[in-house]
Amino acid sequence: MDVLLALLAGVLAAAGTYLLLWRSLLRMLFGVILLSNAANLVLLVAGRTMRAAPPIVPEGMAAPAAAVANPLPQALVLTAIVIGFGLVAFAFVLAYRTYTTFGTLDPDALAAAPEALPATDADRGPNGRPAPPS
Amino acid sequence: MTNLLVLPLLIPLLTAVAVLLSGRWLWLQRLWSLLGAAALLGATGTVLTVVWTDGIQHTQLGAWPAPFGITLVADVLSAVMLVVLGGMGLAVLVYALGSVDVELENAGFHALYHLLLLGVAGAFLAGDLFNLYVWFEVLLITSFVLLVLGGERAQLKGGVVYVVINLVASLCFLMAIGMLYGLAGTLNLADLAVRLPALDAPGLVTTVAMLFLVAFGIKAAVFPLFFWLPAAYHTPPVAVAALFAGLLTKVGVYALIRVFTLLFTQDVGYTHTLLLGIAGLTMLSGVLGAVAQTDVRRILSFHIVSQIGYMVMGLALFTPLALLGAIFYVVHHIVVKTTLFLVGGIAHRIGGDFELKNLGGLYRARPWLAVLFLVPALSLAGLPPLSGFWAKLIILRAGLEAEAYGAVAVAVAAGLLTLVSMTKIWNEAFWKPRPADRPLAPTTWSMARLIAPVVVLAAVTLTIGLHAEPLVVLAERSATELLTPTAYIEAVLGPEGAPPPTAVIPH
Repeated sequence: MDVLLALLAGVLAAAGTYLLLWRSLLRMLFGVILLSNAANLVLLVAGRTMRAAPPIVPEGMAAPAAAVANPLPQALVLTAIVIGFGLVAFAFVLAYRTYTTFGTLDPDALAAAPEALPATDADRGPNGRPAPPS
Repeated sequence: MTNLLVLPLLIPLLTAVAVLLSGRWLWLQRLWSLLGAAALLGATGTVLTVVWTDGIQHTQLGAWPAPFGITLVADVLSAVMLVVLGGMGLAVLVYALGSVDVELENAGFHALYHLLLLGVAGAFLAGDLFNLYVWFEVLLITSFVLLVLGGERAQLKGGVVYVVINLVASLCFLMAIGMLYGLAGTLNLADLAVRLPALDAPGLVTTVAMLFLVAFGIKAAVFPLFFWLPAAYHTPPVAVAALFAGLLTKVGVYALIRVFTLLFTQDVGYTHTLLLGIAGLTMLSGVLGAVAQTDVRRILSFHIVSQIGYMVMGLALFTPLALLGAIFYVVHHIVVKTTLFLVGGIAHRIGGDFELKNLGGLYRARPWLAVLFLVPALSLAGLPPLSGFWAKLIILRAGLEAEAYGAVAVAVAAGLLTLVSMTKIWNEAFWKPRPADRPLAPTTWSMARLIAPVVVLAAVTLTIGLHAEPLVVLAERSATELLTPTAYIEAVLGPEGAPPPTAVIPH
């Protein structure tokens, strides 16, 4: 089981990296999602999967009677999933705003786009010269 | 006083809540914000005093003993960084009150600002790797929003690069954490420091170390992972850029120092030699990038990269003197770089532009501004008697003692080129005559809020330069603590240093 999950994490990471290399912001973000799932799986496998009792201490005892499953990776993964969800949601909104502003999601086209719009007549200085691009 | 360490986290959090509850009453938001920043400075100052007199402090949240619970630890390095955080938080906030648009303030600027401080403070206090990750994410998500707050074209453009690259860095960090947990069965820093040497798997540990190097290297903006920084740091409002420039990359440097002194010290010949090469290339590429720029903020952004190189060089040399120098350098750099960004903002307010060719004549028109620029600029370049001189001197001396002559040569060359860049800003913005068609904005009383923090920060630089001993003593003690981690381990895990066995992991 561990080996299978580890291989799955590897496949996800490879696919995520492949998508990150695309010249499209949307595909890059899909790549980030796959990578984040790969990272979550790594966390889960790191705690080793096993068939064991739930980690509950019986009443009146200080420690569980027999071997129990490791609860920590699940806590870590839950935290990581929530954080990853928030970050990815923000990234998608940012990508949407970028698309509505620049009309493209190609990183090269974005890099070439001017940072300030050409000055309109109202923005011109007292001598009528447009503001230089920064 | 075991709950003292919670204060630097609780104060920014409560401030952010209070600001959010203030609704549309801007004066109330500002009042809470100022009070919160002042209280944070006070609390961090107390933490430093306590750590200095009583040694390393730690808090087990929920009273679960380490390594099972969530641990907050403050050694001298953490405490010094916290105080610098408090100082910068207050100074930049005063500047922001006079410079950030009212619309942005109403859009949640103050709450985000304090949540950012919360994330940075948490990162400095975290006693285990997963909490370090969580605090990194807290500061990351708030920095995303602060970076694009306002939604200008330039901000979106820089923001996209910043967000995607930092997301990848976070995922590297998370995977590294997973693998380290799989290897050692614990994430508590002190516990890891005990277990990793006993693991007898140096190859695997070094592999994980490289993942951490990439993750923190992106955050710290080292070569060749720094390209997001000059793409983004010149776009947000000046106050935000100043805080980012001063603090955020240094959180990455702090994390590098922490893991490469406490955890990954078994194969120093490989890891720290690699760090030394990275340091040299970072210094050079940053400073050469700056030479090609003509926008004040872009020049300063590239200089952040080159200065990070000096700090990493201090870590890479891995001698007591070099670590002392690295810590001194971090503190000096945070103060100086923040000041320079703030001065750039004032020059923009008066001269109307960040572009050098459109500036000019500021020395004749506003000599006080010229002085305020010259102090941090010469300090950055490392001229005596300013703080940067001592920072560079210590690093160079450590380099000579360790016989890393190549790195020393690169550091000296980068220092000279820094001076070239600063001279360029001086010549263009201050010395050359004013372009005839560009009138200067008048200096008004409302600008006092911009000028006061700059004056204070410049005075701090000057004070560190003229009276460097207190900071050297602080840095020396934290360097000693970093190189002999037994004190750290004993403080967290108890005097015997041998932790109770964690859950057995079947192989």
